[in-house]
Amino acid sequence: MRTRRTGVLTSILLIVAFFLPPALGQENANPASEKKSSAETMYSEIGRAPEKARAKRNPLEKDPDAVAAGRILFEQRCAECHGDSAEGGKKGPSLRANEIQDAEPGAIFWVLTNGVVRKGMPVWSKLPEPQRWQLVSFIKSLGPASAKTDAPPANTSQPRSR
Amino acid sequence: MFIHRGLPLVSFLVLAAFSLPDFARAQENPYFVAYDHYLEEPGNLEIEYFSTFGTQRGGKDFHSYWMELEYGATAWWTTEFYLDGQTTFGDSTIFTGIRWENRFRPLKREHFINPILYVEYEHKSGADKILKEGEGHDVEADFLTPNSVARQEIINEMELKLILSSTFKGWNFTQNTLAAKNLSNEPWEFGYALGASRPLALKASARRCTLCPQNFIAGVEMYGGLGDRYHFGLHDTSQYVAPVLGWNLPSGWTLRISPGFGLNDNSHQFLLRWGVSREINGFGSMVSRLFRGGQ
Repeated sequence: MRTRRTGVLTSILLIVAFFLPPALGQENANPASEKKSSAETMYSEIGRAPEKARAKRNPLEKDPDAVAAGRILFEQRCAECHGDSAEGGKKGPSLRANEIQDAEPGAIFWVLTNGVVRKGMPVWSKLPEPQRWQLVSFIKSLGPASAKTDAPPANTSQPRSR
Repeated sequence: MFIHRGLPLVSFLVLAAFSLPDFARAQENPYFVAYDHYLEEPGNLEIEYFSTFGTQRGGKDFHSYWMELEYGATAWWTTEFYLDGQTTFGDSTIFTGIRWENRFRPLKREHFINPILYVEYEHKSGADKILKEGEGHDVEADFLTPNSVARQEIINEMELKLILSSTFKGWNFTQNTLAAKNLSNEPWEFGYALGASRPLALKASARRCTLCPQNFIAGVEMYGGLGDRYHFGLHDTSQYVAPVLGWNLPSGWTLRISPGFGLNDNSHQFLLRWGVSREINGFGSMVSRLFRGGQ
């Protein structure tokens, strides 16, 4: 009987503990000021990229498929936070902002690799290096926000193949 | 009995979770036992179901299974809740316990070797057969006890792991060191897991595809016990090696399969593991909205 009570109590505690982070963790997820400060932090992270990382050239710069492949990767990994058209979303800032579009490809690659862990952006080194460069190619192809009408939306449908 | 009533709860949770609409494309590693240093994306929930079929010398083969609810609380903290069960053929099907696992990333940036701290609490019965880790002097003969007897033993255990993982030229190499303590005054037990894996292609295709090589990750893992604080080493431990294959489908599902082989006479000769998982976007926001009145 005692074992049963302990079991039930343990289960309740574990379930409460499991659901507490989502219930409390996103309490103030969307206020405008917090969003702005989060964007500033993300953009300032670009400036923290070491010189060696900035100097890296995109090896897929001339790959004609890099942007198309990067677009698919963006939809699958990034659009959830940065928005379907990369103009900023629920959690992530706009990637069409000048801070990103004017940054060296190497600096964007560095942020993708390292994430901004304390501000919610995960590390993306789990994507192989060529895929991260494909993402950089796509992000740089977007152009600044003022030119957004000319840029292709991130969720353009692509042909499916096997 | 608490453990007996768990099965309907497991079924309900599986059905409820798999009917949630919004999902994300996962890039999951193919390991069953080893962990790498990648945590769940913040706010996302991954629902996973895994099975292990195991052969048993001198007894009845078994099929064990567990469900994991893995939630990215932050970019540096992933929390996970497990429900475990097993069927021993010709014996019975029982719920064997629950686990609560937490993984923490202490370093802000990516390094050549990335440490992750792992803390888990397990409340399980002695009939647990999921073989999620190798520890202490756990051997094949321990599984001979009939379920009706083994389930009488209730185990409360804390498990700590240091995960050291590195990604180099598309390869992931990971090494996990485990220390487990049964809270009923048992000695510390130790174990390890090693893993290496790589996607079949490093560049993504410019077309959407299901069977593209970049969607497959293949590798191998090796794991086993390292004795306890009084008898440290490989003596009287079980050891396994297992090729692993993961398939990340564009629909958001991940499938994994792994045949495992015992490396000594104390190990099950053959283990076949498989699993399916699906990642759900924005679970955190969903729960948050629920508590804030649907904003």
